Amino acid sequence: MSALVEFRDVGVDYARRGGIVSAVQNVSLTLEENETFGLVGESGCGKTTLSMALMGLLPASARVTGQLMFRGEDLFAMSESEHRRLRGDEVSMVFQDPATSLDATFGIGYQVAETVRAHRQVSRRESKARALELLREVGIPAAESRYSDPPHRLSGGMRQRVVMAAALANDPSLLLADEPTTALDVTIQAQVLDLLAALQRKHGTTILLIAHDLGVVAQICDRVGVMYAGQLVEVAPVGELFAAPRHPYTRALLDALPSRGRRGRALRVIGGQVPDLSHPPAGCRFADRCPHRMDVCATVPPLATSGAERQIACWLDPATRATAGLAPLPDSPTPNPAVPVGDPS
Amino acid sequence: MNARLSYALRRLILTVPVLIATSIFVFLLIRLVPGDPVRSMLGIRATPENIATVRSQLGLDHPLPQQYWDWIRGVLHGDLGQDFISHEKITSLLKVSLPITLELTVLAMLLAVGVGVPVGVLVAARTGWARKLSGGFVIGAISIPDFWLGLMLVLLLTSVLNLLPPSGWVSFTEDPVQNIRYMILPVVTLATGQTAYILRTTRAAMLGTLSEPYIAFLRAKGLRERSIVGVHALRNASGPIITVTGIQFGVLLGGAIVIENLFALPGVGRLIVTAISERNYVVVQAGVLTVACLFIVVNLITDIIHGLLDPRVEEAVSA
Repeated sequence: MSALVEFRDVGVDYARRGGIVSAVQNVSLTLEENETFGLVGESGCGKTTLSMALMGLLPASARVTGQLMFRGEDLFAMSESEHRRLRGDEVSMVFQDPATSLDATFGIGYQVAETVRAHRQVSRRESKARALELLREVGIPAAESRYSDPPHRLSGGMRQRVVMAAALANDPSLLLADEPTTALDVTIQAQVLDLLAALQRKHGTTILLIAHDLGVVAQICDRVGVMYAGQLVEVAPVGELFAAPRHPYTRALLDALPSRGRRGRALRVIGGQVPDLSHPPAGCRFADRCPHRMDVCATVPPLATSGAERQIACWLDPATRATAGLAPLPDSPTPNPAVPVGDPS
Repeated sequence: MNARLSYALRRLILTVPVLIATSIFVFLLIRLVPGDPVRSMLGIRATPENIATVRSQLGLDHPLPQQYWDWIRGVLHGDLGQDFISHEKITSLLKVSLPITLELTVLAMLLAVGVGVPVGVLVAARTGWARKLSGGFVIGAISIPDFWLGLMLVLLLTSVLNLLPPSGWVSFTEDPVQNIRYMILPVVTLATGQTAYILRTTRAAMLGTLSEPYIAFLRAKGLRERSIVGVHALRNASGPIITVTGIQFGVLLGGAIVIENLFALPGVGRLIVTAISERNYVVVQAGVLTVACLFIVVNLITDIIHGLLDPRVEEAVSA
């Protein structure tokens, strides 16, 4: 596997009337070719900002730092027209709500075909043929007769399939899926996820799946990144993350999931609140809510690589401490990093 | 049946009750105004016998329902009646005046749409001076009364610059160039306020549309900004623009009455104003009914266009 996307110390700030909002801070992350990477975290943690940075669709008030490499080119250094040529072609995106992603005044087929025409020199007839092929591929029944139907005649799940057809029209190498199933009901959710996974296998597309639903991530992702208040706190293969979370926030997040063993008892919650990102705390942004808070937490913990595939940013963790040149804590409350690793590779 | 055709048909059938109500309203309205057409025709020295004779000649001694019935039966047969005073057939009066009013209002509307929509689209996404300039124009043009604007334009372009004739009219078939020269000032006067309304509506509708999620998805598909704004956003914003244009056409017809008098254009507006002062019932009825029909037809057209551009409208009506 080789790297398709590389976030190098990426930061995004928004200029607001009351000052500056730090939406993303020091994110370093590599997305490999052909993988499905899940990005989880609560609303406002910077997941969507990261995907918008990849698409080059950040609002005008955004200021970026660091580098965002895509196939060796820095997206932050690209002109708008270069970036536009990439969008919908090499890098594509599926939005959260299929009810509002499509233009209600145009037929669904047209909206797929225009994506083809935006990037390829093809005739209208060729683009229509390609659109029909795509609609069939994503499982729109009777695609031919539905080609001119406006979106509101389709169900939510069918609309999301149309959105996916439009996003995949030019065979992108990277597909961003921002909560693609949140607006759908559970059975449809499963169908759409299956379709996403099937398309990924068939075309070898790298998928960056943004979700707050850990179940969705567990279902189709290879690796997961956990974000909290604009910081990337942990990256791990999906099985390891669920089996042995290492960051206190990840553990609290998994603890908050309802489980059979805790049936009848109140759900666990994480005490405190997400910090105000216009005045973010210095250092680790989870520190205020963390049961293991220490003095050193006032400094930003570096995202350290631990083992082959894990990354962690927490002063409790020996890997982070080693990166910063500190000795491991004697009575480390984290589980031993030498957890049984069920790594298939 | 084809959804589009059935939508247009339904919309067409809906105009029938509106037309009936309008005709009754027009008929009653002029009769509620104090004053007697026979007295104003015969002068103050007319004897009661004379008045009674003329009243019965004109059918004004019949009860109102019968008067209405006689009138509307004629209208349905294409006979709008006879001018009480000049005894000319009203259809021939309208044959002269209606084209003038149509030319005035249609040209004014084309100018208003032709300037208001593109400028509104262009300034929608802008901030800074373009937005301030257009905002200033909108407030100014809406606030300035058209009769005053007309007078000022006449002062500037005829008295000072000596470019255009101040008032009057030449038939288009007689001398097209002169006709247009006479029309420029009234059309510009009438169009200024309309341009402002249409510009403001376009800008607001485009601003709302451009922040919709499907616009973000169009950007994500890599479409050029030109086609996102010009094809998708404009089509989605067209609903309010078309609706306002249709409604403003009514305002325009009202404005035409003032403007025709100001610039001495012998249009329907001038015909109605003269007829009202003479209590010339039949002419007022015919004139107002004509203007009302024009307004209804324009709104029918705008609704049908709106339905064609947005499939949801057709289905909401057909459902």
